Amino acid sequence: MADTGNKAIEQFTRSDYPYGFVTDVESDTVPKGLNEDVIRVISTKKGEPDWLLQWRLRAYRHWLTMKEPRWANLRYPEIDYQAIRYYSAPKKKEGPKSLDEIDPEIRRTYEKLGIPLAEQGRLSGVAVDAVFDSVSVATTFKEKLAEAGVIFCSFSEAVKSHPDLVKKWLGSVVPYTDNFYATLNSAVFTDGSFCYVPKGVRCPMELSTYFRINAMDTGQFERTLIVAEEGSTVSYLEGCSAPMRDTNQLHAAVVELVALDNATIKYSTVQNWYPGDKDGKGGIFNFVTKRGRCKGINSRITWTQVETGSAITWKYPSCILQGDNSIGEFYSVAVANHWQQADTGTKMIHIGRNTRSTIISKGISAGHGQNTYRGGVTMTKSAHNARNYSQCDSLLLGDQCGAHTFPYLDVQNPTAQIEHEASTSKIGEDQLFYCRQRGLSTEDAVNMIVNGFCKRVFKELPMEFAVESQKLLGVSLEGSVG
Amino acid sequence: MSATHDLLEIRDLHATAGGKPVLRGIHLTVKAGEVHAIMGPNASGKSTLAHVLAGRDGFVVTKGEILYKGRDLLAMSPEERAREGLFLAFQYPVEIPGVGNTYFLKNALNAIRKHRGLPELDAVEFLALVREKARIVKIDENLLNRPVNEGFSGGEKKRNEILQMAVLQPTLSVLDETDSGLDIDALRVVADGINGIRGPDRAMIVVTHYQRLLNYVVPDKVHVLAGGRFVKSGGKELALELEQRGYGWLEEKAAAAP
Repeated sequence: MADTGNKAIEQFTRSDYPYGFVTDVESDTVPKGLNEDVIRVISTKKGEPDWLLQWRLRAYRHWLTMKEPRWANLRYPEIDYQAIRYYSAPKKKEGPKSLDEIDPEIRRTYEKLGIPLAEQGRLSGVAVDAVFDSVSVATTFKEKLAEAGVIFCSFSEAVKSHPDLVKKWLGSVVPYTDNFYATLNSAVFTDGSFCYVPKGVRCPMELSTYFRINAMDTGQFERTLIVAEEGSTVSYLEGCSAPMRDTNQLHAAVVELVALDNATIKYSTVQNWYPGDKDGKGGIFNFVTKRGRCKGINSRITWTQVETGSAITWKYPSCILQGDNSIGEFYSVAVANHWQQADTGTKMIHIGRNTRSTIISKGISAGHGQNTYRGGVTMTKSAHNARNYSQCDSLLLGDQCGAHTFPYLDVQNPTAQIEHEASTSKIGEDQLFYCRQRGLSTEDAVNMIVNGFCKRVFKELPMEFAVESQKLLGVSLEGSVG
Repeated sequence: MSATHDLLEIRDLHATAGGKPVLRGIHLTVKAGEVHAIMGPNASGKSTLAHVLAGRDGFVVTKGEILYKGRDLLAMSPEERAREGLFLAFQYPVEIPGVGNTYFLKNALNAIRKHRGLPELDAVEFLALVREKARIVKIDENLLNRPVNEGFSGGEKKRNEILQMAVLQPTLSVLDETDSGLDIDALRVVADGINGIRGPDRAMIVVTHYQRLLNYVVPDKVHVLAGGRFVKSGGKELALELEQRGYGWLEEKAAAAP
């Protein structure tokens, strides 16, 4: 009985990535490999001030002393950092002033992905800072944001037009010495997004960036910095998808968030990078450092992520709860299908008094996928009356996959409270049969059961993103749905 | 559709459950409009028959055939059977965490309607329908918004099955011990729900261990299943006889058969 049920699930989860295609855009690239000259070229091409070049070089020199971490529950071949091309930009002399100026080839790519940029902006009121490869090719709604005093632009642009802000906050949450990948990123990052919300401003729209990896063998090193001044609020959406290809692609992004007194930052990610084919060939290696600092009192940072892509995911969006009464939240859905491996979770570092954190993690494993939750909760000596609640649930589809949980707790304050709940379950043959007996196809049934499992996390996403995520889960776990 | 044609015809059905032979030659004809009760001791094959009809994995037909509306039922997938109007009320309804009861039922109904070439109901139309049916089976509205069967009491789960049946309006309903674990009030509500669905174009197979449900849902025919065969068939009075005499005398008869 179990056998036939598993076979159905197995067949069912064996679907290919529907977004696999390569856009042919003439790229402006540097030779493969990394040395100080390459970093100087990147910095020059981007017209950066000397302080930033020096910062990059310090990071690079530090990186040379570091070792690639291997503590994660991940298996992958040695990465040859000299075989990676560290800079690639679509050939264009000036940035487009409107969407109409975007290379039609690029626009078609977005359309294939179901992200019609123009529609996205016009219909949903979402400002899109679209990152194609490494350089931003479109930024919309800038004026409207400017009216509110919100700065939302590509990172390179911010370096030019708001150098003081960048200089003040860059590396303040994730220092260039932080970890192997973050340090590499600090040396070679090419672009990303920058957002600054001034005091008392509620950002008038959801900010959204669609990332896309495109050029062959190009590592992607994004750098995102969001600063929310006192009493401000911002919600940021990040969505990704990449074309199909055989060679592994390294991605090592850094995201830094800073929330000052009474500020709120909501950072939502839907990640759908190429996970490799059903035999485990190809796919993105995603080593990301995301961290927020609740610097001010009553500040709040919420990370919500839906991770369905990448061959390897190494990612721990974290919160440093420094201000008294500050709140950190982490809501995550991670899917590992075929041969995907995900080692993801969060760190909540409680420093201020009465700080609170919530962790809700939903891991879905299918095929030969391996899904690991790794979470750290630290209550420092000063964290009086701090509280944490963690819930980690795993769902298994089939009997070849795995779910693992590694919670780390470090409590140095006796008034702190920590709660941890965990569960592992299988999509039951009984659930599938029950749905089918009511007329639903196996695909719809799996989709429904999985979405039900993730509901608590989807509730945290902005509406359009929640709908998109449901579809994405369908696509990730099935063949024909979505 | 004439009211007297054969809706279901089971011919010499042999089936295994989990690899063990359970059914050993079932013959049964159900006409539209009829209610058949299948009774029998534990492990006689009642639930196996219900699951074979619904097409569950692990229940394998080794011999015989089943015609449903004149078609080969065994060639149809479970969902196709459901869309063609075959409904199984589960003995142990399954919980689906995070999936709203109403959402689930709406998707089920629309899958069935789509199959039949009918327009799908929108949220407003569906809600009106489900509310009306919920009143009939006395289901609290808040159960409609909770996840499917999650945290429902035993009685609520059974009533939820009847609600689904009332909404989906199946042609052939198979009720697998729907009365088990119900107190007398819940039993009445469930029976009223079942009776509400009876009609000249519909038929039911009520699988039960006890006679008491049949006080409310009066069957046209009663069959006693023992040792994987029907050892006795009769009218509704057979159920009363079983209540008095038990199954022992029939089991002996079954054991004596070749």
